[in-house]
Amino acid sequence: MPANQNNHVEAAIVAEHLVRRFGHFTAVNDVSFRVEKGEIFGFLGPNGSGKTTVIKMLTGLLPLSGGNARVEGLDVRTDPESVRERIGYMSQNFSLYHDLTVEENLKFYGRIYSLEPARLKRRMDEIIQINGLGPYVNRLAAQLSGGWKQRLALGCAMLHEPSLLFLDEPTAGIDPVARRQLWDLLFELSGHGITFFVTTHYMDEAERCSHVAYIYFGKLIADGTPNSLRELPDVQPEGTIRVEITTPEVTRALRLARQIPGIRSATIFGQSIHALIEDHFNLDDLRERLLKNGIAVAEIRPLAPSLEDVFVELTYKHQAQMEAARA
Amino acid sequence: MRNVFRGLGAVFYKEVLHVRRDFTTLFFSLIIPLLQMVVLGFGIDTNIRQVNTVVYNADGRRESRELIDRLRNSDTFRVIRYVENDHDLTDAIVSGRARVGVKIPVDYSDRLIHKMSAQVLVLIDGSDSSVAGQAINVTTAIGLDESLRRVLPDRSTFAVDMRPKLLFNPDSRSPNFFLPGLTAVLLLNVTTFLTAFSIVREKERGTLEQLFVTPVRPMGLLLGKLLPYLGIGFFELCMILAFMRFVFQVPIHGNVFLLAFLSLPYIFVSLSLSILISSKAKSQGEAIQLAFLTILPTIFFSGYIFPRETMPMFFYIISFFVPGTYFIDITRGIILRGAGFTHLWVDGLALFAMGSFLLIVAARRFHNKVIMA
Repeated sequence: MPANQNNHVEAAIVAEHLVRRFGHFTAVNDVSFRVEKGEIFGFLGPNGSGKTTVIKMLTGLLPLSGGNARVEGLDVRTDPESVRERIGYMSQNFSLYHDLTVEENLKFYGRIYSLEPARLKRRMDEIIQINGLGPYVNRLAAQLSGGWKQRLALGCAMLHEPSLLFLDEPTAGIDPVARRQLWDLLFELSGHGITFFVTTHYMDEAERCSHVAYIYFGKLIADGTPNSLRELPDVQPEGTIRVEITTPEVTRALRLARQIPGIRSATIFGQSIHALIEDHFNLDDLRERLLKNGIAVAEIRPLAPSLEDVFVELTYKHQAQMEAARA
Repeated sequence: MRNVFRGLGAVFYKEVLHVRRDFTTLFFSLIIPLLQMVVLGFGIDTNIRQVNTVVYNADGRRESRELIDRLRNSDTFRVIRYVENDHDLTDAIVSGRARVGVKIPVDYSDRLIHKMSAQVLVLIDGSDSSVAGQAINVTTAIGLDESLRRVLPDRSTFAVDMRPKLLFNPDSRSPNFFLPGLTAVLLLNVTTFLTAFSIVREKERGTLEQLFVTPVRPMGLLLGKLLPYLGIGFFELCMILAFMRFVFQVPIHGNVFLLAFLSLPYIFVSLSLSILISSKAKSQGEAIQLAFLTILPTIFFSGYIFPRETMPMFFYIISFFVPGTYFIDITRGIILRGAGFTHLWVDGLALFAMGSFLLIVAARRFHNKVIMA
């Protein structure tokens, strides 16, 4: 399954200073990153921040307003057709033909990629086996449940043995079991050398990626492994610690905590508050103050930042920089 | 591989599967035009016959009865009632029971016998101009004829004898006039709707977006989609022509192969139009509305119902931009007048130019608004 192994120095994606403007609006602003072969690259960001635009630029659908992009060693500006031969793409709405059967959907994509009959037959058998589609081969796509539609869509996207797969929110709207199974499958395939470019809204999925990047209003503000991002000075500034405060009255506690000097930031996570506090700050004092205001504190304990914490901190910092630049 | 038609075969295969799976849509889109033909072919008669007429014969003698017989024999009038006073005469027209009221005055026969001019009042409902026009023409002609008969000696001929001869449609049959034009409307209907739907459906589903990320080239995609519907449109044309020829007995005077050949640029126009529609429409509902927008000018401005020559200048100019105008010229030319390629090549060329222009605009729109959006 792995392609281009002789070319192992070349990364799967090299994006350099990508810029995309729509009129006066800059949707993608000087974005650079590199995705190595076999990585599961998680591309995160709020809606409208430019994720889909970047995918369209990398697949040659949108011309670049500036910068360079090489996908699987090919320049997307000069050779988008060859790029599309080598990549697979699965969109968030599992673009299948509902009035065609599972088999016919697969066959159609096989013909699109001009697979010879023998190879098409072999690949269809493999895909049906990997994705467990066997019992549904003659069923119309419309009759499949969400999880099975997603497997079929993934099957269609990888029928032609692409070495790089773009998955645009592959788990939107499917049940947790199917979600887990998809990720297991992605890990297995990535073990065979396939590179994945995955966009998602789920932070737990981001934690599973070997490499994540966060785009915020067209700017890439984080890029690295989940662990390297947790250790960024912006996320964990010198002289601060991150704690989790468990309390039955999170809302009131949050309001109070934000007024206490020495607490840099505080956010609710379920039944607890995640706070970034200065390390000279005494945790017992904090407990006292909360108690004095009638808030019972069950536990305060140190905490490693989650990826969500990372993105929140980086977003705040980015916003502050933007405001400083404007002033 | 630099094949601009890449993906054509795959898309064609898939489109045939769609059509086969959704057989009812195909069936109805082919049958409904034929039903429309039946309704319009049997139902519409532009020749005005048997107009409801009331008569108030105040005279009642032989001369007046002869005049009424002449009116009845004209085939234009059907006497539904005789009334006895002016009030009932007008009332019959006001109420809509009759379109025409004829009043023969009490001294009609007397005046004729004394070689004086006798006046006959003909009241005509002007709310339908074609009926009114026909009634005026026929009553005037009968009056003139009656007068001449009384002035001229027996068996003498008219000094000027006009002999009109209707070419091509000697019996003035309405189907002969309507059905060739209807071909243009129905063909546009079928191809535009089916094709626009098939593209917009993929837009709705998101499969179109998916296809753009594959090696399929835009030309392969569009042609793969258009060709099956070109085939269906052509098949529909053959059915319509067969129906017209054998059910409605409209003789085809010209070469039917020339008609088939010249229908290709017309189908080309309607397919280009459907790409244009699908580049704009986001849903099938929107596509229906836009498709109707193309049907209406074809019905009203192409000369299908209203002769183009009598249109106000503004609409006459518009009619040049309606593809149906040229195709109706072709169908009527070949079917009714037996026209050949030398008479009709300009129409074919106009359609081809129109189709190419629309395809370029549509492809550009498609590229900018659909692929790059």
